[in-house]
Amino acid sequence: MFSIALFAQSEQAAVTKLPVVDIKNVKGEPFSTKNIENNGKPIIITFWATWCKPCLKEHDAINEVYEEWVEETGVKMYAVSIDNSRSSARVLPTVNGKGWNFEVLLDENGELKRAMNVNVPPHTFVVDGSGNIVWQHVGYLDGDENGYIETVRKLLK
Amino acid sequence: MLSGGRVTGNFQMDAQIYNPDDALGITDSSLNYKKYGMNGFANFIYSNQNFSAGLRAEGFMNPMLGFDPRYEGIGIPYWFMKYKLSKFEVTAGHFYEQFGSGMILRSYEEWTLGYDNNLYGFNAKFEPFAGVRLTGLTGVHRYFWEPYKKDDRGMVRGADAEIYLNEAFSTLENADLKVTLGASFVSKYEKVPNMTFSRDSAYFTINEFGDTTQWIHKETYKYNLPYNVGSWAARTNLSYKNVNLYAEYARKGNDPNATNNYIYHKGQGLYATLTYSTKGLGIYLATKWIDNMGYKSKLTEKGVPPMLDINYLPAISKEHVYSLATIYPYATKPNGEAGIQAQVDATIPTKVNGKYNTTVSLNVSLANAIKKEQAAGIPLDSTGTEGYTAQFLSFGDLKYYRDINFQIDQKFNKKFSAKAAGFFQLYNKHVIEDDIFDDENMVNAVIAVLDMTYKFTPARSLRVEAEGLWTKEDKGDWAALTLEYNISPHWFFSVMDEFNYGNPDDDMQLHYYNLSFGYTEKSNRISVRYGRQREGLLCVGGVCRYVPASTGLTITLTSSF
Repeated sequence: MFSIALFAQSEQAAVTKLPVVDIKNVKGEPFSTKNIENNGKPIIITFWATWCKPCLKEHDAINEVYEEWVEETGVKMYAVSIDNSRSSARVLPTVNGKGWNFEVLLDENGELKRAMNVNVPPHTFVVDGSGNIVWQHVGYLDGDENGYIETVRKLLK
Repeated sequence: MLSGGRVTGNFQMDAQIYNPDDALGITDSSLNYKKYGMNGFANFIYSNQNFSAGLRAEGFMNPMLGFDPRYEGIGIPYWFMKYKLSKFEVTAGHFYEQFGSGMILRSYEEWTLGYDNNLYGFNAKFEPFAGVRLTGLTGVHRYFWEPYKKDDRGMVRGADAEIYLNEAFSTLENADLKVTLGASFVSKYEKVPNMTFSRDSAYFTINEFGDTTQWIHKETYKYNLPYNVGSWAARTNLSYKNVNLYAEYARKGNDPNATNNYIYHKGQGLYATLTYSTKGLGIYLATKWIDNMGYKSKLTEKGVPPMLDINYLPAISKEHVYSLATIYPYATKPNGEAGIQAQVDATIPTKVNGKYNTTVSLNVSLANAIKKEQAAGIPLDSTGTEGYTAQFLSFGDLKYYRDINFQIDQKFNKKFSAKAAGFFQLYNKHVIEDDIFDDENMVNAVIAVLDMTYKFTPARSLRVEAEGLWTKEDKGDWAALTLEYNISPHWFFSVMDEFNYGNPDDDMQLHYYNLSFGYTEKSNRISVRYGRQREGLLCVGGVCRYVPASTGLTITLTSSF
C-alpha cells in the first residue's frame, strides 16, 4: 500500500501553487509568502535549520555556485529556516557569518513547513515563474545541487 | 465549489523490529513482548482558493521504544477547517500557534520527538490596518488519545496584538529603524480539584514520672487553588541596519501546580537577543531569565513526556550536530534558571588554494540557578506557601550547564573539505535529569570531532567522521567513527560505531554499531538501519525525548506530494 503511493505520484506533475502563509524575514518583519516572486523566473525554496547538518552542507555547496546560477538562469533562492525561538535569532548571524548570498526567511512555528507538507529538513522545492511547485526533493547528498539547477534549466526551455 | 481544489499531503512511517540483546540486558520480557514498534502518520490538506481543510491520521501500533505507551492507538488527533481572506482568517478544529517567542503560549508539533500540544478550538486573526495583526484563540490541549471531556483538563484562551510600525505609519516606511511591538495575554480556566496538604510539627511532653512522649501534631490545610491562571507578555523587535534587538518580558499569576510543589509565587521571564551581522561576520548575544514559568493547562500534570504545556521555554544552549556532543544536552528548568549565550560566526579570507576561505564559529552558553530567598522565614519551595522571593535577573550560585565550543570549516580543493570542532561541557546531572538541586553529580566532558568529505566525482562522495569524548564521570570515554558513502541523487550508505571504551563497568564497554542505507526519489525516501542504538536523549529544538538502548532493525518511509 505504501509503495504505490511512494512511487506513483513522482510521475504525476504536481501542479500546486505555493500556499499563502504569513511568516517573517530575518529582520523580524512580517513576510507573506505571496511576496515570494522572481519576475516570472524560477525560484528555489529550501527548508533548513541551524541544527541540521546536511542542510548546512547543502547551503554551503549552493552558495559556491549561486552567483553562476543566477547569472545563467536568473533563478532566485529562498532558504526558509524552521529554527524555533531557541535558535531563530542565531539564523541571521550564522547566514552572514558563513557568507551565504541568498534570501533567508524565518518559519518559527512551522506554519509554512506544515502548509507545504515538509516532514524533516532538508527539503527543497523548485517553483516555476507562475508560482507552481513543479519539483521537490528530500535529503541532501553531496552533488544534489546539480539536480536543482538542471530542473531550473528545464523550466527555461 | 469543488472545482479548482487540490490535495497535498505527506506521510511518514517508522517501524522497528527489536532483538534481544544480552549485553544491554534486553530480553523479550523486558520489551514487554512487543517485538515490533511502528509510528506512522498521514497528513492531507485540501485547499480551494480561500478555503482549506486538512487532517492528520496517526497510528502507534505499538509505539516505538522511547515513546510513551499511552500513545498506543490509531486515530485522527488533528483536523482543521480554515477560511482566509486578505484581512481575516478563521480556523476551527485543531491548530498550532505561537505568541512572541512562545514564553506564554506556544502550540507546536515535532514528530521525531512524539510532541504535539495542539489546541482544539477556534483561532481567529484580523488585520484591521496595515501592519496591525490581532489574534484570538480558545481551545483545549491534546492529551495522548483522550478526547476532551468536561473538566478533564483546563481551557486555554489567549489574545495577541502585534504592530509593525513601519507598515502602520507610512512616514516610517523607509526608515532605517524598523520597529515591531507586541503584547499578549493568555489565561487558563480549570475546575480545580479539592486538594489538601498537611504540615507536621513535632513536640514532646514529660509526664509526672519523668517519661517523655513524642507527639506529631498534624495540621491539614486545603489549597486555595485559582480557577483562572493568567499571564501576559510584552515584546519588541528593533532592527537598525546591521543590528537587531529582540526583548520579551512575561509575567504569570499565582499558579500552584504539581511541577512547582504548589507554591503561590508569581512567574516572571525575560528573553532578549542582540545580534550584529554583516557579510562575513555574525555576532549573537542572548540572555534568558526564568522564574517559575512552567505553565500547563492542568495543574496536576507533571512528569514525562511533557504534556499540556501552554508555553515553550527554549534552552539557552546550542543544539549540536555531532552525536557525541549531544550526549549531555541541556534542557530548560522552568522553575528557575538564568542563562547567557554568545556566538560569533566569521568567514576569514584565507584564500586557501587561491580561492577557499575559512569559516569559523565560536559559541559559549551558560545556565545557573536563580537566587531564591526565603519568604517570611519559611523554607524554600514549601508547599502551599509563597515559596520564595527572587530578585529579577538574579544569578544563583548553583551551576546548571556550561558549553564552550568552536568549529572550523575549510575546503581545500574541488574534492576535499574538512571540518574540525571542539567542545568543553559541564553538565549538572542531578539538576538536569533528576531535579535534585545540588552539585554532587557534575560531568565534565571534552569532545573533539574531525569531519572530512572527499568527492570522487561530483556525484559520489565519502564522508569520514571521527569523534572522541573524554570524561572522568558518568559513563566515561567514548570514541565514534562514521563512514558515509553517497551517490547523488539517490543512494546513501553508512556505517557507524560509537564505542564506550571508557565505561567504568567493564561489561558496559560496548560498541553501538549501525549500518544503514537509503534511497531517495525526489520527495520520497526509504531508509533502513540495523544496529544497536545507545541510550540517550534525542533533542530537537529544545525538547528532548529519552531513547532507551535497543538493538534491531529500523525502517523509515517518508513521502510528500
